[in-house]
Amino acid sequence: MKKQNAFENFIHGIFLILGLITVGCVLLITLYLVVAGIPAIRKIGLRDFLFNPKWASTASEPSYGILPFILTSVYGTAGAILVGVPIGFLTSVYLAKLAPAKIRTLVSGAVSLLAGIPSVVYGLVGMMVLVPGIRGLFHIPDGASLFAAIIVLAIMILPSIINVSITALEAVPKEYEDASLALGATPVETYFKVSVPAAKSGIAAAVVLGVGRAIGEAMAVMMVSGNAPNLPELFGSVRFLTTAVASEMSYSSGLQRQALFSIALVLFLFIMLINAALNFFLKRSKE
Amino acid sequence: MKTVNSKINAKRKIKIVLLQALCGISAAFTCALVLFLMVYILAKGIPNLSWELLSTEPSYLSRTIGILPDILNTVYMIVATLVFVLPLGVGAAVYLTEYAQNKRIVAVIEYAAETLSGIPSIIYGLVGMLFFCQFLNMQTSLLAGALTLVIMNLPTVMRTTQESLKTVPQSYREGAFGLGAGKWRVIRTVVLPGCIDGVITGCILSVGRILGESAALLFTAGFAHALNGFLEGLGSAGATLTVSLYVYAKEQGEFGVAFAIAAILMILTLLVNLLAMLAGRWFKRRRKL
Repeated sequence: MKKQNAFENFIHGIFLILGLITVGCVLLITLYLVVAGIPAIRKIGLRDFLFNPKWASTASEPSYGILPFILTSVYGTAGAILVGVPIGFLTSVYLAKLAPAKIRTLVSGAVSLLAGIPSVVYGLVGMMVLVPGIRGLFHIPDGASLFAAIIVLAIMILPSIINVSITALEAVPKEYEDASLALGATPVETYFKVSVPAAKSGIAAAVVLGVGRAIGEAMAVMMVSGNAPNLPELFGSVRFLTTAVASEMSYSSGLQRQALFSIALVLFLFIMLINAALNFFLKRSKE
Repeated sequence: MKTVNSKINAKRKIKIVLLQALCGISAAFTCALVLFLMVYILAKGIPNLSWELLSTEPSYLSRTIGILPDILNTVYMIVATLVFVLPLGVGAAVYLTEYAQNKRIVAVIEYAAETLSGIPSIIYGLVGMLFFCQFLNMQTSLLAGALTLVIMNLPTVMRTTQESLKTVPQSYREGAFGLGAGKWRVIRTVVLPGCIDGVITGCILSVGRILGESAALLFTAGFAHALNGFLEGLGSAGATLTVSLYVYAKEQGEFGVAFAIAAILMILTLLVNLLAMLAGRWFKRRRKL
């Protein structure tokens, strides 16, 4: 009996370790980013690093200001949300409430396909269709710009927004809608004035999830945004936080390399904030 | 009953029709977008696909490009990642649903899993490079890339397994305990067979993610196009299909090859989605029986 117990405890211990692996991974990632990211910030100075608008890492007198990247990431994400959320939100209302069952299955399939397309494929299509299109349409020398990145990001965040909003809209109790209908509101009025407000926490979570996806996307953005470290301009070549890390990593060394880790740390802090917001909204929508 | 609509004034009616139209247009736009992407990529990519491209490696001598190494690297990457992520993810899920009694530990583990699924892949790539390639001295290799992807896919496998474990009826477990089985025996004979659905779903979703991943692999698995066997390949650097698409399009300007790879990826994505849908339906029906 004792032997049996020891064996069960041993198995229990193994499963406990497996369970704690996710926690270990999060700690590992945090630890590595902090340890690798702090030295450069110390050398450059936090203020200079965050608010200096000039990034010239390979110049003879290098300057490591990441303000352009931060602003580009913020503007790019805001733009993608501005374009993507209305389309995603309206699509989700259509799918959750208005669409006949057959059309719903079809469109949901299309949405999950959109989610599955690799980001480099989005980047390729952006490079070949969007960039030349923008160049021709707005008569600018190069179409690779913040605007192109915003469009690509807006498309890429659509599936997250649609899926999470649908879940939220479907969780609205049927009684609410029935009550509204009984009072004489038409179905469409009911959906927009009763169902949507009742699902607002879940829809907010969808938007926050979209923000997280947009700010973390690297490859597609790298292929369409031009990649010059300028302060953001809608039709100018820009570099995001993610692409700043990716574009110089392969040939960087010394302080430049350390500064890239610091950029990743800044990006990580943004993501942690967004995660906290996401959890807040998800918890509230469950209540 | 007279229709309610007759009492609705014109202004209200216009608003309703407008809102309804906007919803329909948005959904139609989303569909059109998917259709356009599909048709455009296949139309541009399929003419560039040839047996030669699929079955050879790139050669500087004859100046030809072949993507066989990239296809093999992708397969190796998928196999290696699944081999590690399945036991870890299933184990974590079993711990959460069968063993854990302390609510705080459960909350911490679930919060960690949510955090992991929110971290962008470029950060995984960076940490993978620092930890696996440099600290554990694996160099830039497929194995380092696969281990990075293991961390990324852990939450997915964990969640799908957990969901299917919840559908194993409590009475099965109690029955087994009542017959005198120990905890491990119950898990091995009753619980684990019940979570096959979740494991398969987790596998399909992970394969989809591994196929599409590129940012996390740039600095962990590298860009090489050498033709290797499985074990040899794991130890050396290699580009998967997505990474080589990026390299061919962005660095070398070989758009024909890039589109050909995009078409392959598109078809595979379609297959993975179809498989996920069919599996979901099949499992649902089986559960009802």
